[in-house]
Amino acid sequence: MIRFKEALYRWIFTVMAFTSLFFLLGIIIVLLREGLPILMAVGPFKFLSGVHWYPTYDPAEFGIFPLIIASLSVAIGAMVVAVPLGVGSALYLHELAGERIRHILKPAVEILSAVPSIVFGFFGMMIVAPFVQKIFHVPTGLNAFTAAVVMGIMAIPTIASLTEDALGFVPRSFKEASYALGASRWQTLIKIVLPAAGSGVSTAIILGMSRIVGETMTVLMVSGGAAVIPHSIFDPVRPMTSTIAAEMGEAVTGSLHYSALFAIGLVLFLMTLTLNIISENISKKYRIKLGLDR
Amino acid sequence: MIDTTVKLARIAVENLNFFYGKKQALQDLNLNIFDRQVTALIGPSGCGKSTFIRLLNRMNDLTPDTRAEGRIILDGKNILDPKIDVVNLRRRVGMVFQKPNPFPKTIFQNIAYGLEINGETDKNLIENKVEESLKKAALWDEAKDRLNDSALRLSGGQQQRLCIARCLAVEPEVILFDEPCASLDPISTKKIEELIGELKKDYTIVIVTHNMQQASRVSDYTAFMYLGDLVEFGTTEKLFTVPKNKRTEEYLSGKFG
Ligand SMILES: Nc1ncnc2c1ncn2[C@@H]1O[C@H](COP(=O)(O)OP(=O)(O)OP(=O)(O)O)[C@@H](O)[C@H]1O
Ligand SMILES: [Mg+2]
Repeated sequence: MIRFKEALYRWIFTVMAFTSLFFLLGIIIVLLREGLPILMAVGPFKFLSGVHWYPTYDPAEFGIFPLIIASLSVAIGAMVVAVPLGVGSALYLHELAGERIRHILKPAVEILSAVPSIVFGFFGMMIVAPFVQKIFHVPTGLNAFTAAVVMGIMAIPTIASLTEDALGFVPRSFKEASYALGASRWQTLIKIVLPAAGSGVSTAIILGMSRIVGETMTVLMVSGGAAVIPHSIFDPVRPMTSTIAAEMGEAVTGSLHYSALFAIGLVLFLMTLTLNIISENISKKYRIKLGLDR
Repeated sequence: MIDTTVKLARIAVENLNFFYGKKQALQDLNLNIFDRQVTALIGPSGCGKSTFIRLLNRMNDLTPDTRAEGRIILDGKNILDPKIDVVNLRRRVGMVFQKPNPFPKTIFQNIAYGLEINGETDKNLIENKVEESLKKAALWDEAKDRLNDSALRLSGGQQQRLCIARCLAVEPEVILFDEPCASLDPISTKKIEELIGELKKDYTIVIVTHNMQQASRVSDYTAFMYLGDLVEFGTTEKLFTVPKNKRTEEYLSGKFG
């Protein structure tokens, strides 16, 4: 009986452990199978580099270059907002904040990450967009700039908390050595602690970026939705995720349009996968560099 | 208790008490640390040697919820005074730690760091200083061809000498060593001991060690501590040959500790 129970538990946990792998494979297979027809029809290169996305025209055109540009410009813009604010708050929390301020600020950062993305989108549409429109005198507040600002704010918690972890991993002995040489707190932080945590900080930034690239709801609500290559950061754009979300309903199952949306999903998946692999490699190197691997 | 030979006291410790929270770690310490002499601190684990040595450059400031009473006078000034400039104090009182702790930077950068934070920008001067410090720390011959290699690639003993060089570069007057050889092999240990013998010509040195032979080899004065008390202090020669206190004798003969 006991033998049987043990075998049973073993099985249950094995199955549990393999579920992620199972779903991952399933997702890849579906993406490939559904995305393949469009890649065959227009060719992968043309699909990626084509500048016209007219999926419902006759003849339809399936070039996702504008969508890729939209995703990247929003992601990069968001980074411009999120990196200084995220890294800055981490440095402050880690080194400068007293116990009392820490107790207020740290939960605040964590709660920010708990705000549902639709709420961020709502906030972007109702508050940020009109504001941007007025300040910069642009035709619409729903554009790449607004999307970048809102997404940047969304990415702050990811970057801040991962950066703070990275700072915490820096051995105390480095700090002591620096102080013992007569360095000030600030010098120690900027010249010793931050560089020693450098790879951890880059990991934080890449993961924040990967979150932004994959984010859908918010970006759909605030980016404006024009599938053309933007000329300025104040032009409306249509990132890959919002394209899928917006068009899935109207695309006829089994059509080329339907297949193209899956192919976009595949591209998106490969992009975030690359970002994650890069960050994984960086943090591995970093652990070796600091001797944390031993 | 105080030695009678005419030596200049560089640091005078007066009625020093120290607390981690409510726990008292040092009780009423009184001793002089003499100029250009090596003073060894010995005693069983947990007796407060590190606690004491870290007060001499105020590294204890980094430990929250601690309190010091009494005075530590360096050149007429009480360094425990909250108003003194600790940055300046730490430049004058350097420290080498138990575990070699070079920065994850190049050998060159490790030494240049102390100069740069002092506002030194003259490249030539920094280069000269790096060379000079490495020579003083007896590491130049081994390191001169790899100044731009990561310091973490050096052996443990080399890393410790690099830490000494780094400390020398900022031209301190007093150097504190907290068990500098604890993680080193016998050959590296011998090198460091020889180095300390050289350095005492120019620097006042305080060294914590668990190795009795080391204390007797390198030091001029020895302080024996036990459970936060300074049990005995005197010239190394006297303390090792004719200890006055029974505890000291027992410790030296290996009865406890
Ligand atoms: N940060 C701290 N908080 C609380 N107590 C501490 C702290 N650091 C040291 N102590 C205590 O103070 C006492 C003296 O410690 P200290 O590290 O100075 O001993 P030590 O003589 O250097 O020992 P060792 O030879 O093992 O290095 C010990 O009882 C220790 O537990
Ligand atoms: Mg100690």
